Amino acid sequence: MSMQAFTQLRGVAASLLIDNVDTDLIIRIERLTSLGREALGPWAFESLRYRPDGSEDPGFVLNQAPWRAAPILVAGRNFGCGSSREGAVWALKARGVRCVIAESFGDIFHANCFQNGVLPIRLSAAELTQARSRCLPDAAWHVDLQAQQIVLPDGERLAFKVDPLRRAALLEGLDDISSTHKLLDVITAWQANDRATRPWVWRTQPDPEF
Amino acid sequence: MANLVTHPRTLFDKIWDAHVVQPLADGWDLLHIDRHLLHDLSGTAGLRELAERGLAVRNPELTFATPDHAVSSAPGRTGETFPGGAHLYRGLKELTRGSGIRLFDLGEPGQGIVHVMGPELGLVQPGMTLICGDSHTCTHGALGAIAFGVGSSELTHALASQTLVLRRPSTLRVWFDGMPGPGVEAKDLALAMIGQLGASAGNGHAVEYVGDAVSAMDIEQRMTLCNLSIELGARIGLVAPDDKTVAYLRDKPFGPKEEAFAQAAAHWQSLLGDPGARHAQEARVDVSVIAPTLTWGISPEHAMAVDGRVPHPADAAHTAQRQAWQSALDYMDLTPGLPLEGTRVDRVFIGSCTNSRLSDLRHAARLIGKRRVASHVRAWVVPGSENVKRAAQAEGLDQIFRAAGFEWREPGCSMCVAANGEQAAPGERVVSTSNRNFIGRQGPGVRTHLASPASAVAAALTGVISDPRNL
Repeated sequence: MSMQAFTQLRGVAASLLIDNVDTDLIIRIERLTSLGREALGPWAFESLRYRPDGSEDPGFVLNQAPWRAAPILVAGRNFGCGSSREGAVWALKARGVRCVIAESFGDIFHANCFQNGVLPIRLSAAELTQARSRCLPDAAWHVDLQAQQIVLPDGERLAFKVDPLRRAALLEGLDDISSTHKLLDVITAWQANDRATRPWVWRTQPDPEF
Repeated sequence: MANLVTHPRTLFDKIWDAHVVQPLADGWDLLHIDRHLLHDLSGTAGLRELAERGLAVRNPELTFATPDHAVSSAPGRTGETFPGGAHLYRGLKELTRGSGIRLFDLGEPGQGIVHVMGPELGLVQPGMTLICGDSHTCTHGALGAIAFGVGSSELTHALASQTLVLRRPSTLRVWFDGMPGPGVEAKDLALAMIGQLGASAGNGHAVEYVGDAVSAMDIEQRMTLCNLSIELGARIGLVAPDDKTVAYLRDKPFGPKEEAFAQAAAHWQSLLGDPGARHAQEARVDVSVIAPTLTWGISPEHAMAVDGRVPHPADAAHTAQRQAWQSALDYMDLTPGLPLEGTRVDRVFIGSCTNSRLSDLRHAARLIGKRRVASHVRAWVVPGSENVKRAAQAEGLDQIFRAAGFEWREPGCSMCVAANGEQAAPGERVVSTSNRNFIGRQGPGVRTHLASPASAVAAALTGVISDPRNL
């Protein structure tokens, strides 16, 4: 099974300088219970995008003309913390975001990105400050996963690193299920051995009253 | 697999190593998953996705399901009472039946919040790996297991293969030095830790909790502590098994019995880190100075002593933090420099996978005694599972709560996740024993203060944020 590959990306970058952006803030839970993943785009960051009367808050960066369709987000620390909801990645993707750059990420969000063709990039605080200053209107960035570098609008280059296993999967557009499928015999052998060494783990028949 | 290990290993590394089905590349492993818990929100979607890919559940006997997230907690509820969740509830029933997965349905013993029912039934045991499509799966680490939340894709992968492709995290050891003062609970220790270390301190790490205060905790208190690991930024938190762990697991309906129990218990008690094993990070928390702790802001790291003063953005460490504090104060409608105590409260919620177990409810009921909830406060108690509910009712705890003016409800996630229609109104202030005070978590515009069950009782009885030590 394949997912959308990520090789390179050109576009403007929106600065969202908020630490600890949680996945509830990225997508509210009731949107996930009621909408399909492609329909989530308008509801990404709804608590920040819309005022209580439903109108757009012009102060929020993704409501401002140059960044409405920004494919790159330059975030702060611990982006995507909190709930495991993969809908947070779906909502960003449905809005057109394909790359999030941050000082650090929530671990589950970070893992979810790689299953959906979205590239999370970690930069140091100093690099992030430098990059953020280039979040300008009509100034396209170039993110190149093959070369593992970001080319800023003024031509300056920032190197980044992605785990080779994840990088290869993104470049080829392969998710984990397809690669693990080749290892089913290994799993079968491991489980057969485990049944003998840890029999209690495999005793899952309950007491009679259950 | 032949694996020559010469260096001393942490408890985490030992459990991890024992589950490596196949090493992949650069610190990545194919890891066996011993238990998989499904709930109505993510489990239904995962089973549907699996079917769409034409795949089957590999090990239904290691997989267990219960509805908790999107079901109503109203007395007399059914799976259809909350209309928005009815399709998820029906889907979970149909798809688990079709896959041979054991479902604990509404009204049956075993139903409940996944992280309450799993330990209660003995589904999780020391040395196991356990996943669930829910970030608070770290709760199960209290039993000495590697337990963590996963997204939809990993969930589907595990249904298909009973494994996950994972990078081994680093380890962070948190020492709780000293013993807590009177009225200070596991929840206070956890919130104070997050306040001290920050909400991103655990990123990329599995946390092992050690120290006298942790050893002194009972298993349910350890669950409260491990539950909040994800709010420290860590996907995994665990406590080494000890005699209390073994005693807790005796006679669990889905646990080993007799000879098998003895064999398992011998294995569980062998699960300790080697002397000299190195953790990538170490942190220390001085328990003796921790007061009852609540959050004042919109991240669990915005934690403060109940008798302290709301922080001033001018005292923040850096620009981003100053802006975050100002946003938090604006959202929470609090004034820096003023005491948190005395802040008027609209609602109180006792429940969630953090604090809805029998010991939490006994404690809350004991503190209430014969007093009553303040007239302007709407207060709920939502037991964590059907078994907790029945045990509490058998002890008469529900009568104490009802007599005090609390609503006694049916087990589920309820107001913690608010995916079930159970929200506060915009602008309302809630003291909640749950785990997240994010913007809008308990409903758009709702202001959440995370707190221990004792602090929740104190707020309910007095109608304002109050020091539970004065109860």
